[in-house]
Amino acid sequence: MCLAIPMRVISVDGNLGRVEASGALLTVALDLVEGVQPGDYLLVHAGFAIARMDADEAQENLDIIKRLTESPEP
Amino acid sequence: MTSPREQIERYLRRLADWRGDELTFMEVCGTHTVSAARSGLHSLLPRSIRLISGPGCPVCVTPVSYVDHALALSKLPEVTIVTFGDLVRVPGSSANGPEKAPPSLAWAKARGADVKVVYSPLDALELARELKDRQVVFLSVGFETTTPVIAAALQQAIDSGIENFSLLTANKTIIQPLLALGTSSEIKIHGFLCPGHVSVVIGSNAYRSLAEIHGIPCAIAGFEPLEMVRAIVALTEQVSQNHPRVDNCYRAAVRPEGNSKALEVMFKLFEPCDSVWRGIGEISDSGLKLRAEYRKYDAAQRFKVELPPVLEPLGCRCGDVLRGVISPSRCGLFGKSCTPDSPKGACMVSSEGSCAAYYQFRQEDGK
Repeated sequence: MCLAIPMRVISVDGNLGRVEASGALLTVALDLVEGVQPGDYLLVHAGFAIARMDADEAQENLDIIKRLTESPEP
Repeated sequence: MTSPREQIERYLRRLADWRGDELTFMEVCGTHTVSAARSGLHSLLPRSIRLISGPGCPVCVTPVSYVDHALALSKLPEVTIVTFGDLVRVPGSSANGPEKAPPSLAWAKARGADVKVVYSPLDALELARELKDRQVVFLSVGFETTTPVIAAALQQAIDSGIENFSLLTANKTIIQPLLALGTSSEIKIHGFLCPGHVSVVIGSNAYRSLAEIHGIPCAIAGFEPLEMVRAIVALTEQVSQNHPRVDNCYRAAVRPEGNSKALEVMFKLFEPCDSVWRGIGEISDSGLKLRAEYRKYDAAQRFKVELPPVLEPLGCRCGDVLRGVISPSRCGLFGKSCTPDSPKGACMVSSEGSCAAYYQFRQEDGK
């Protein structure tokens, strides 16, 4: 239930952000984070960004997910 | 660069070097439960290191009386119940009564109650905006990951003057049950794999008293198997060095102080209260309720309903599972009269419940 997904910010309009991950687009509320800029990575839970993620680490996180998804089953 | 699999193998080799007593670590997050079960993590760990699941699935620890309350509200003609998906299939009390079908919210919906499933509390707010002649009651369950989100949605309702919106609250906090379990004589827990996304909000400092005062190792973990194994290595190191501390193994998102803005809105609207955990009982200050000045948005205050006496499903051992005392397959109902298609207890209902995860991924008992 506490699932949250890193998503990249495309644009910001007031307290709403347009975000993207793996081609999926979503509008999320930015009430719980500060100073969000396009290009930032946000952790998204139940329609809200709950944290800004360090871009390098977020990318590493997404890379791990991608590689694990692509790697053949043992 | 080494691949994640090579990294996992390297960490597992380090764990295999552990020569001390058998260690039991507990994860306290439904997402960890699912990730560990899906990846077969339990079977990869050496025999001397056991990973068990604790009360980390909010739906599983929500008492039956709460489901009864939601069911009673759903009978009011003016009420629309709005909820996250996991809760709709949890049976209420009279499952043991004369009715053969267990009365869940899904059952009530099939019989005409107005129950809607949403992804975000903002969807519930949107419904309240649209359905002006309805009373929209949002089922407010969850840990500190979710409660700020619900608080922010309620704040939006207040700011927009939306009056036909209220919350039935059973929100919970994570530190108090960890303390209760970590100091229990029932089971020896050598360390906690702390929930990543709760920690995003409460911060790694929130666990310091557990580690520094009560001597229980803590490691905050992300959700990939690699991240969980890394945290298990951190816990094992803390034990071997006899140095309990809080290792933050999810630095991409977790800061020492947490998310101050989320904490601010949560504590503006909510305050701590004693709370009943299914299978564990009442734990002091382990819940969150609306503050007195926001009590008019509390559905329990707004609507007075009669509640049936609380009846737990006969033979269900969700409580023992949630405390880590037994593995799901030790329950007499598991896989027999209790399956994901026809669940008796909450741990089989929620996809993040230990029983559902064990059932789906066929874990061996005892590991």
